[in-house]
Amino acid sequence: MALRSAVPAASLDAPVRRRPRDPVWPRALTLALVTLAVLFPFWWMISLAFTPEGQSVSLIPAEPTVENFRIAVQAANLDTAFANSTLVTVVAVLTNCIVPVIAGYAFAHLPFRGSSIVFYGLLSTVAIPGSVTLIPLFLMAKNFPLAGGNDIFGSGGSGLLDSVGGLMLPYLVGTMNIFLSRQYFASMDRGFAEAARIDGAGELRIFAQIYLPMAKPLLALVAVFSFTGVWDDFLWPLVVSTSERSTTVQLAITTFASSGDVKYGALMAATILVTIPVLVVFLVNQRGFISGLAEGGIKG
Amino acid sequence: MLFVIPAALYVVVFQFIPVAYGLVLSFSDYSPLDRGGPEFIGWDNYASIFTDASFARAMGITGRYVLQVLPFTVAIALGLALLSNRVFRGVGLFRTGLYVPHVVSLTAVSMVWLWIYSDSGLVNQVLDFLGLAPQRWLTTQDAALNAVSAMRIWKALGSNMVLLLAGLQTVPKDLYEAARMDGANAWQQFRAVTLPGLRPMLTYVVAMDIIFLAQGFPEIFVLTQGGPYGSTTTVNYLIYTEAFQYNQMGSASAMAFVLFAFIAAFTIVAIRVGQGRRS
Repeated sequence: MALRSAVPAASLDAPVRRRPRDPVWPRALTLALVTLAVLFPFWWMISLAFTPEGQSVSLIPAEPTVENFRIAVQAANLDTAFANSTLVTVVAVLTNCIVPVIAGYAFAHLPFRGSSIVFYGLLSTVAIPGSVTLIPLFLMAKNFPLAGGNDIFGSGGSGLLDSVGGLMLPYLVGTMNIFLSRQYFASMDRGFAEAARIDGAGELRIFAQIYLPMAKPLLALVAVFSFTGVWDDFLWPLVVSTSERSTTVQLAITTFASSGDVKYGALMAATILVTIPVLVVFLVNQRGFISGLAEGGIKG
Repeated sequence: MLFVIPAALYVVVFQFIPVAYGLVLSFSDYSPLDRGGPEFIGWDNYASIFTDASFARAMGITGRYVLQVLPFTVAIALGLALLSNRVFRGVGLFRTGLYVPHVVSLTAVSMVWLWIYSDSGLVNQVLDFLGLAPQRWLTTQDAALNAVSAMRIWKALGSNMVLLLAGLQTVPKDLYEAARMDGANAWQQFRAVTLPGLRPMLTYVVAMDIIFLAQGFPEIFVLTQGGPYGSTTTVNYLIYTEAFQYNQMGSASAMAFVLFAFIAAFTIVAIRVGQGRRS
């Protein structure tokens, strides 16, 4: 015992020192109630989706049915929407895990003359609101050369409007991901690269075989942010998609709401189906997601 | 340098060029339905925007929207961050649960709230239960913007809370120790230690909220379509209708730049205030 008391008090059991502070249960109870209240609308959403059309809604449906899901899948072109959204999202996740990540690596480890100016120049675009670039991007998609019946000067046809290519156009490289990647790689040791360089390895190989395998948390973060950002986006698909063949999941659910007499059961069923993928991606990665958000500070 | 080129090229083509293009458009008269290209008309678009009552109204509505969501969401999120800034069993579950509304798309949560505010929806059921008369939340001018704001306060809580929580965890623990030694009570500790330590993150949260709230779109599109009688037509919604329903790309671009200028100004003011009061 005499030995133990020689250890500074602070390094002993922390809970013992915390005992004089307020007990934990009031804050746990408050948080539990608030969390329940915050999640309450989702409970109703699920309950509504399983309630037969025309029946009154209660917290737990009296006669649960999957009929609303069947209606939703058939009516809202959800199959086309899912196919398009999946393709656009997968492509955007892949390009975002490559192009901005390798650029961020170069900004951190392979500086060239003027690289910091280039970096801050690129980063400045984070401040530009989407409403400023929306109209020009729409016109650029419309006048995209050699697409959708356009000639090489980009006139004559509808360009990339109403196509999956048009849908993915503004998502391929997120500026924020360049920034995140640079911050991430900057904290890594440069010694590995120097050793490999002496052994005659090329820069691309050094990146791909040494640094990239160490950057898995970064890639997970970039992938999750890209996934949710692209999957959840609404305004860009709204202006680019002009028919059902290029619809996306977010657009598809709004067609339910805008059709006069709203069938809430089917609408909620469609909304649930559309939300499941992001929810799964979030829950699987939630640790990294929440701490990454705190580090990188990405949009809310 | 080769590694940077693809990303840099993309950002130039899909960020810098659109901004320059948009600036040119804002000084032009252009409809994609016309045969000719954009026609240069100088400051006409800006001049007509500033004499246009509907634009002024949309600016006012956007401002009101931001100002009535921001304080509530930040204050509640701060409270939640303070509550969950302690390790105990289940705290991770609460943090995750509170974050869920942020993960679900704005379009999808708007669908849920469309029902909540509907004639036989949750709010009216609660009113009925309490013996009060049902209200038309989204179709009366007085209520619509407030109804949308309430939804957005709920939606923004989670991300604000997580960011503020990260901010709280950077506040040095020994400062609290020192404050307690000096006999500071909980409120004094909050004023003297928590708030100053949290200032950078708080400033960041407020700035981001301003930027995103000022551009609110899907919730307006789903819940009210800008109505009733334009009472929820925010600037971003007005830009959308001007550009894609009336094909006025020039004046819509000018509106976008005016909105940009206001967002930038408000954000800079928020950052200045956030930094300035450091003691």
